[in-house]
Amino acid sequence: MKATAEAPEAELAPQAVPRRSGVRRALDAIGVQNVSLLIALVALVALIGSKHSEFFLLSNIEVIGTAIAVMGLLAIVETVVILLGGLDISVGSAAGLGSVVSAMVFTHSGATLGILAALGVGLLAGLVNGVVIVYGRVNPVVATLATLAAYKGVAQLVSNGRAQGYTGTDAAFVFIARGAIAGIPTLIWILAIVALIAHLVLRYTDLGRNIYAIGGNDTAARLAGININRYILAVYAIAGVVATLAGVLITARTGSGQPVSGSEGLELQAVTAAALGGCALQGGRGTIAGTMLAVIMLGVLDNGIILFGVNPFWQNVARGALLVIAVVIMQLRSGERRVGMPT
Amino acid sequence: MEKNEIPVLSLTGVSKRFAGVRALTDVSLDVRAGEVLALMGENGAGKSTLLRIVNGDHQPDEGHVELDGVPVHHTSPAAAHHAGIRVIAQEPEIIPHVDVAENVFAGALPNRGRLFSRAAARRQARQFIADLGFADVIPVDALGRQLSPAQRQIVEILRGLTGKPRVVAFDEPTSSLSDHEVDILFALIDRLRAEGIAVVYVSHRMKEIFRIADRIAVLRDGALVGVRPAGETSEDELVRMMVGRDLDAMFQRTGHEPGEVVLSLEDVTTDDVSDVSLTVRQGEIVALAGLVGAGRSELAKAIVGDVPIRSGTMVLQGKRIRMKSPTDAVRAGIGFAPEERKAEALILDRGVRDNVSLASLRRLSKLRFVNQRAERALVSRFVDSLRIKAPSMEQHVRKLSGGNQQKVVLARWLAREPALLILDEPTRGVDVGAKAEIYGIINRLAESGTALLIISSELPEVIGLADRIVVMKDGRVSGELPARATEEQILALAMSENEIEEEAS
Repeated sequence: MKATAEAPEAELAPQAVPRRSGVRRALDAIGVQNVSLLIALVALVALIGSKHSEFFLLSNIEVIGTAIAVMGLLAIVETVVILLGGLDISVGSAAGLGSVVSAMVFTHSGATLGILAALGVGLLAGLVNGVVIVYGRVNPVVATLATLAAYKGVAQLVSNGRAQGYTGTDAAFVFIARGAIAGIPTLIWILAIVALIAHLVLRYTDLGRNIYAIGGNDTAARLAGININRYILAVYAIAGVVATLAGVLITARTGSGQPVSGSEGLELQAVTAAALGGCALQGGRGTIAGTMLAVIMLGVLDNGIILFGVNPFWQNVARGALLVIAVVIMQLRSGERRVGMPT
Repeated sequence: MEKNEIPVLSLTGVSKRFAGVRALTDVSLDVRAGEVLALMGENGAGKSTLLRIVNGDHQPDEGHVELDGVPVHHTSPAAAHHAGIRVIAQEPEIIPHVDVAENVFAGALPNRGRLFSRAAARRQARQFIADLGFADVIPVDALGRQLSPAQRQIVEILRGLTGKPRVVAFDEPTSSLSDHEVDILFALIDRLRAEGIAVVYVSHRMKEIFRIADRIAVLRDGALVGVRPAGETSEDELVRMMVGRDLDAMFQRTGHEPGEVVLSLEDVTTDDVSDVSLTVRQGEIVALAGLVGAGRSELAKAIVGDVPIRSGTMVLQGKRIRMKSPTDAVRAGIGFAPEERKAEALILDRGVRDNVSLASLRRLSKLRFVNQRAERALVSRFVDSLRIKAPSMEQHVRKLSGGNQQKVVLARWLAREPALLILDEPTRGVDVGAKAEIYGIINRLAESGTALLIISSELPEVIGLADRIVVMKDGRVSGELPARATEEQILALAMSENEIEEEAS
């Protein structure tokens, strides 16, 4: 197998790589999508800041940071699921379930076991999603739409539909909700660490590269020897775990386990952030950096709506509109023919 | 055949490129009323592209199409259909859940007001089918999914004849038909000719061509080589026109001794192939020849574990193995470049680097982290040695030409260094220059000891590359031929109606 590497020397002249300006290379590295997001973010900050200078107060920035922690976690795992070519709309319900479980187990057995139990339930919930999709051959949207309803129901059943436990005096939960390390709130640390891990895995490991490959062309990935079923199961399981971790944060912030109220609609925000951040919903394209930019932008937008005193019901309208706009822009850029149902 | 001054269908200077690959170059062709024009050419010569331009699926980059002397610009198959142009696809599109009547009249169902009358549709369909002579082979009430491949093909043909066709093009219509059905089809074509309809007939089968065609047009590498009246040409001349180029220049095969047996199949049966036995040795190129649909790609997918083997044994490098998935096959040292490279091999929106290293990432990783420097070195080695033309290794493979895309797939497996490499139609949709380079790569691989199993529908390629030729027909091995067999010998085995014992091997 050595001979294949040997080609006539003369023809090995390295391809002339056109020199490109530093700006152009920087742009390429960040990506067009992210540059547009940055511009939108700066414009939004300028608009809000010009009318309400309190926007720039450290306390307000901390408010934004802690407010996006829960949604940010879900957006990160949603990004991974979408990169793989799937979708998980059950993450909001799974977070609610995680919140209830963590508070209820905490009441009996303490904070550590409460958190571990929640993550364990998340693993199970995610695996159920994966098994239904891979072995039940159910389309991911339908499968997780079903479990969106089912997990919410389970959370309501075990809690009787009421807030559970009181974690407001527990040191661990208080530390998660209001503590800080090196002056930065714990919630932001958690989000940043999860984002960093996801980024490193996707960018630098064979696992991440294979996730991109499966989302880009699952047949090609399969024929290249990648065990795609195992990846689908694992990614959905991780999505479940991170969703219930988000649920633990909800418990910490509200001081009790919330079956529904803290988590309802988070799946929409997570998908919106991923799409805004440049994930192609067909899979295979997108980055954690883009998603995080979108998460920050959504957080700033929510904050602005409050500062301007706009009716908060507009938040949902804005999120829905943003999701559609983001996807429309992605699809137009992909140049797909406008015939029939989109792929 | 000068019945009419103005041809029904006329193409002038039509050219078409796909992602930089020339599919058609300056083709001018007339089809007259009441004649059957046969269109021949090797796979990839541009026949399908030509038909797609005629039926409005593609728009020509240059040149134009005229219908009855008037330039037309059909932007969709529906528009072309409305104008009376019918292209009958080789792969029938059948709606599985509705009956034959609705399948035949799909898009043009008879109705009362806006209500659809099933009874009226069936009555009309029965009449229509009887008129065209297919009454005894097609049950009108059967659902689409109950039809045999031959019946599907006939439904596709019938669908093309609804309304008022002016031009009817058949793309290999007989590949799934029995003799009896072929006879009915030819009677039908004779009738179309008598009615003054212009017929285009694409086929590889010489006998059919000489039986039905008035004139024969030959395409090669996207260009029209010539048009001959059927009475004034011969099979030999047509083959020369189709092949055309100096083949020996493309295949510099240095004979060498094959080594140990790498792959051996014994009576392998899957859902698509039966009792296949064959061996491939180290440094040996075995070609799998046969007609489209003979089960060659299906066999390849079984060898790489993508479809299950129902019975029979597979031995790889002396060890009997059972594949549960392509993961097992890759681990065992089998590489596979599938026929549909865009759909099944490439990740179009990733760069050359990601695509080449895809099957080797585990080897390049330590603690799961990919050693990026080693990866770049590996990829750049194969980009250079295969001469993959891309502005950088991050270039998305969607932007590359067909030949370079195929080289990316080859590079993926060369990087993995498999003991056995299976290539399914390695030069389909690849221009002539890249073809020669790919042949060179294949030969170098064989010289370095890789066992190669190559599926190809291009006979010159089969003959030029192979050390041994295994011919398949209807899911079975119909014979084996040594290197330097003739096209006639291969075709005889590929098309024989009854199992003719091969004389050559």
